[in-house]
Amino acid sequence: MEVKVKKVSENIWEIPREDGMLVPGRIFASDKLMKYIEKDKTLEQVKNVAHLKGILKYSLAMPDAHQGYGACVGGVAAFDLDKGIISPGAIGYDINCGVRVLQSNIKVDDFLKKRTDILNALYKNIPSGVGGKAKIKLNREILKEVCETGVDWCIKNNYATKEDRERTEEYGSMKGADFKEVTERAIIRGMPQLGSLGAGNHFLEVQKVDEIFDEKIAKVFGIKKDDVLIMVHCGSRGFGHQIASDYIKIMEEKIGFEDLPDRELICAPFKSELGQKYYKAMCCAINYAFCNRQMITYWIRETFREFFPDSELKLIYDVAHNACKIEEHIIDGKKEKVGVMRKGATRAFGPGRKDLPEIYQETGQPILIPGSMGTASYILVGTKKAEEISFATTAHGAGRVMSRHAALRQFRGEQIKKELSEKNIEVKAGSWKGLAEEGPGVYKDIDEVIEVSHNLGIGNKVARVIPLGVIKG
Amino acid sequence: MKYKYLEHTADIKFRSFGRTLNEAFSNAAYAMINIISEDKIKEKMTRKIKVRGIDRKSLLYSFLEEILFLLNTKNFLLSKVKEIKIKDKELTATLSGDNLRNYRLGLDVKAVTYNDMFIKEKPYVIQVVLDI
Repeated sequence: MEVKVKKVSENIWEIPREDGMLVPGRIFASDKLMKYIEKDKTLEQVKNVAHLKGILKYSLAMPDAHQGYGACVGGVAAFDLDKGIISPGAIGYDINCGVRVLQSNIKVDDFLKKRTDILNALYKNIPSGVGGKAKIKLNREILKEVCETGVDWCIKNNYATKEDRERTEEYGSMKGADFKEVTERAIIRGMPQLGSLGAGNHFLEVQKVDEIFDEKIAKVFGIKKDDVLIMVHCGSRGFGHQIASDYIKIMEEKIGFEDLPDRELICAPFKSELGQKYYKAMCCAINYAFCNRQMITYWIRETFREFFPDSELKLIYDVAHNACKIEEHIIDGKKEKVGVMRKGATRAFGPGRKDLPEIYQETGQPILIPGSMGTASYILVGTKKAEEISFATTAHGAGRVMSRHAALRQFRGEQIKKELSEKNIEVKAGSWKGLAEEGPGVYKDIDEVIEVSHNLGIGNKVARVIPLGVIKG
Repeated sequence: MKYKYLEHTADIKFRSFGRTLNEAFSNAAYAMINIISEDKIKEKMTRKIKVRGIDRKSLLYSFLEEILFLLNTKNFLLSKVKEIKIKDKELTATLSGDNLRNYRLGLDVKAVTYNDMFIKEKPYVIQVVLDI
């Protein structure tokens, strides 16, 4: 389907309102990124989301947007809480797929000397891969506590410090979580998987700060040039996937999809009984994912202490990529509570936002954007401008340009490992195939994505980091 | 040809074929399992499944999703769809397979989606996008 799109200003494009669209679409992209975005069904999906009841202002796509299912990946929309809907397909199956970054007091040279052994130990200590089963046994009671209290459960069980909680979005615990709305199948699937990385594009990376763009803010974030950082990217595993799948089926039976442009955008009115049930179950999955990344953090700290007994790994921040959150935004000149659905996009609250911990009050929140394997990642800072034009959101990664299928035809895992090794990056992966599918070149240029974010002012550059060692699920 | 993979930027899109609806459903399951492991899976155990749906597409969604559920909760990796009965709102099947720990595993399939899904008749062609 041909979708009409016009350039509004530098880095901003608009899909004018037509047919059943309730609001226009807006895409934040450079001319170069727009060429990728136009190639697949991203624009059609931005348009489809604009049909959903109660949508406010615009259906948005971030610079790294690409085709997804239902909403595009990189899609953002805000909904009126009274008239609007909630849709599992506009949030994503991997609820609270997200990223955290730890700062360390380890020197690059010291890490490099022990790199292979450390990566092997991390690979051994952190379960990963398909069906990767966690190291701890959960029962139903514990899972309930994980879901309803989030990182507080981790603190109680010594997996987290109070500082970790402060440096996690929502303080690691979504208030709306109610375990009784979680489906039985999600409980069964989620119980054995807490504390595991998973597979696909999920990874753990040891990095080095390569360049600082904003010294003042970097200092508040606690990072300086040549620091060794550790980045973790994963989500709510089968628990979140199952909640999404089950609620899609329930919504189909109870509500139907006749008036929707895409069946995958099935939804329920936010305030309806079913809408609230999904929201409460989704909050459980968000908390599950916070705990998942926190437990992995605990094992990372433990592993590093084996090699560096004095090592200290401090959490900079933990951000969610796939979630619906109730936030205050300015609508028609008035502050209003709205439901913001981000799918493959990062929240970007600016300075002075009361939701942020004291330490980030003056700067705005840290935004952590992983690049593709073997390329740079970025740390940005949230802005007032993002609150004005993008419901406080920016990109979440590089964004794929090449299909997994095409990647497999073009790359071999062994060859990618060798090429990365020539760039002084060591990789440990669950499968050669998985490695080839995530190879460099299948993603858009991360630098270009970040420039758009920075130039628009929806997420400003603080630091650029480069990988030293990667563990792929 | 039982199935083929199509281009998709981020996820996996496939088409499966069959002389009958049953065959096209079974081939869709094989297309999904082949993403997870390309090994030849042995028939060491069987499992019976029964899923419900409001129409054919939701039966397909639930059928594939049940196979993922067995993989995630019982380590059951599908080898063959032995018997399959598709009614208006219910699907029953007997599956054979083996423990996934005995095989080399590739990608994890997170979920089945309705995105671009179709089920065409005579000849039967099914299209599915999987979230990876």
